[in-house]
Amino acid sequence: MSNSAAEEKPSRFMLVMGKIKGLLAIILVAIIYIWSARGVGFSLIEIIGELPSFFNLLWDMVPPNWAYSIRLINPLLETFQTAIAGTILGTLLAIPLILLCASNVNRNNPLYFASKGFMNLMRTIDPMLYAAILVAGVGLGAFAGMLALMFFSMAVNAKLTSESLEAIDDGPLEAIEACGGNKLEMIKYAVAPQILPTFASYTLYVFEINIRASTVLGLVGAGGIGVNLDTSLNLFRYPNAAMVILATFVVVVLIDHLSNVLREELV
Amino acid sequence: MEIIECEGLGVTYPGGVEALKNVDLTIEDGDFVIVVGLSGAGKSTLLRTINRLVEPTTGTIKVDGRVINNLDKKELKEYRSEVGMIFQNFNLVNRSSVLRNVLAGRLREVPTWRTLLGLFPEEDVEEALSCLERVGIKEKADSRADELSGGQQQRVGIARALAQEPKILLADEPVASLDPPTSHAVMQDLKRINEEDGITTLVNLHFIDLAQEYGEKIIGLREGELVYQGPASKVTEAKFEEIYGRSITADDQLTAGGEADV
Amino acid sequence: MKTSNTSLRDYEKKSMKWYVGYFVVLALFIWSMIGMNINLERISDGIPAMGRILALMVPPDTARLESSVIGMIETIQIAVIGTTIAAIFSIPVSFMAARNLGLPTAVSTAGKQILNAIRTFPSLVFGIFFVASYGPGPLAGVMALGINSIGMLGKLNSEIVEAIDPGPIEALEATGANYPEMFLYAVIPQVLPEFIGTTLYRFELNLRQASVLGLVGAGGIGVTLMQALQFRRWAIVGMTMLVIIVVVTILDYSSAFIRKKII
Ligand SMILES: Nc1ncnc2c1ncn2[C@@H]1O[C@H](COP(=O)(O)OP(=O)(O)O)[C@@H](O)[C@H]1O
Ligand SMILES: [Mg+2]
Repeated sequence: MSNSAAEEKPSRFMLVMGKIKGLLAIILVAIIYIWSARGVGFSLIEIIGELPSFFNLLWDMVPPNWAYSIRLINPLLETFQTAIAGTILGTLLAIPLILLCASNVNRNNPLYFASKGFMNLMRTIDPMLYAAILVAGVGLGAFAGMLALMFFSMAVNAKLTSESLEAIDDGPLEAIEACGGNKLEMIKYAVAPQILPTFASYTLYVFEINIRASTVLGLVGAGGIGVNLDTSLNLFRYPNAAMVILATFVVVVLIDHLSNVLREELV
Repeated sequence: MEIIECEGLGVTYPGGVEALKNVDLTIEDGDFVIVVGLSGAGKSTLLRTINRLVEPTTGTIKVDGRVINNLDKKELKEYRSEVGMIFQNFNLVNRSSVLRNVLAGRLREVPTWRTLLGLFPEEDVEEALSCLERVGIKEKADSRADELSGGQQQRVGIARALAQEPKILLADEPVASLDPPTSHAVMQDLKRINEEDGITTLVNLHFIDLAQEYGEKIIGLREGELVYQGPASKVTEAKFEEIYGRSITADDQLTAGGEADV
Repeated sequence: MKTSNTSLRDYEKKSMKWYVGYFVVLALFIWSMIGMNINLERISDGIPAMGRILALMVPPDTARLESSVIGMIETIQIAVIGTTIAAIFSIPVSFMAARNLGLPTAVSTAGKQILNAIRTFPSLVFGIFFVASYGPGPLAGVMALGINSIGMLGKLNSEIVEAIDPGPIEALEATGANYPEMFLYAVIPQVLPEFIGTTLYRFELNLRQASVLGLVGAGGIGVTLMQALQFRRWAIVGMTMLVIIVVVTILDYSSAFIRKKII
């Protein structure tokens, strides 16, 4: 009884405690800001002072070198290929990982936690980092980029889909179990039909991420149009760089649009 | 001949709830048995334990003269395929076709490589279709399960259980999600199948009028204990009050009205 | 006696659309794999090479623990300031892009388009341009994340604004409140917790981004990493990666925890 009364009408003490907590949070945030701002050498004067040179750079980029666009066709196709192959291979690798990372399918606790740990570990590493290391191992080019996207998209897809999988209706799983079906049959006849649309939609989302990532893989030598951006800037050919940016923009917008159309078809 | 014999059956859930206490029970082959009791009395636990979806803590369960407490993995799957289960919420895959849902009942009969490729032998598909025919919805075979009405969905559930060609049918509150006329229709289906095929059938219900109308035998559970076991004809209102541990109210009766949604 | 086979598909209506879809995906995949120039040699040399690299990464070079941690601290700081700049700028932008606040549709449409355009580019592209104009260092990273994140934060936040309950606004309007009062007392309290949520979410993403911005010279642990990669010092790469993994994981969980508490 006394408990519910306290909830209805907070005591003075509770109110004061709440205020102190709020104040402490604000102070903490302020400290983090001051610490970070000093760490990065944040200064409005510098930011504003350097803005002209940023706009000069942009100014040097116009007009884009339209003729350069022809030379971008092959790198753009390679960018696509990297993203497509990386997404598809990553999706295939994600399938077992998704099943291992869903507690309603994988009832073996140690295996479940190990799989989740592996998935989360793989997810902390940016595709650029994978690419930088893979280039050293398998050589320069799109193959390294594809492998980088494959590892990253496997982990991201596994995370998103396994979380949705844990929320599906367990009734059909139980029905298959009650019929004497085995694990694989349970996956095919109770799990797959429920999760496939979500899985497909997340795969498209991962593909959108991969298309964006594949445009910069070239900065570490992992193929695609990023190589052209890198060389244009290194040689101070700003109109060429502008053309690369423009081409990237058009392509990403088109792919996003296509992906959205497909996603609506699926749901 | 007895088909199910429980001796000193007890189930304690991991949380410590004693859902069944020392239950001694015999069910004759071909019986149509209704299990009644308040919500939480242990009805679902009893059925689920018979199918070994729940592990018995104490006591033994014999089915067809064989103790089923300690079956190994393979034996357990084989045993479960002989026991059909029907659920309150149907437990269908909404997005799959009706036929595909019913074929789940044939999984044990067909080698796994075939089921995984979706290559069911013609005979098994015919069997599934004839099960659908028996519950009167063969023409719905290629509809998506969620396009069907509640009554039709439960019939898919029954067809799936029939496709197992089971010795025993366990139905856990099969009509609790349905309206009164549909409830009667589904109960009549279950009863008819029991009479035609002689499949021993256990049905959990909490409506006493349905229990009296369809049950040949009645089992009464109260707080995990077996408090009645005998013919339905001998169960009086006083007996129900004893099982329920309180007086009977209108909520305990399903009084029919309206048209069946079939 | 089980003789003839039946595919389940024969009994189910499955539209042509799906088969076309399977075919297109398969064709795209084959085309893409051809473009990867994979040959046996690359695989047979690549696998042992990757194995050697991974083996050289462990044990990580503990002598570089301190410098890695210092680099990671800078990474965190870049992410904090970059995210905050974006959060501040995204607020007016998200109100402009929201369709339910009575602003002209032209404004909200234009706002949405600009946000989408910004979102198109990875932050590394912004990183390169800010390094070129501001010089290498963390400030370039801050600007890159700050500008790039406005795209996503503006989009998510404008969707939050579009989902608010109009009841409180009408209630205030009925009492004769003016536009700023309505905004302050009916709109802000509804959206603030969720704005903080999206900002924290973006912070989690930016932390990962900030760890690689150094690859183009925009500060943080990526700078150490890039040097180690250039000189093939795998034990140092191992150390920096270990620090990245540990710190990103810890901050991810903390941020997700705070998000749950707030919303
Ligand atoms: N999986 C479970 N874990 C823990 N307790 C359970 C579980 N299932 C049922 N119980 C408990 O066991 C008792 C009997 O439940 P149940 O068999 O579902 O009864 P009924 O079907 O008659 O309503 C209830 O007290 C219920 O809370
Ligand atoms: Mg129950």
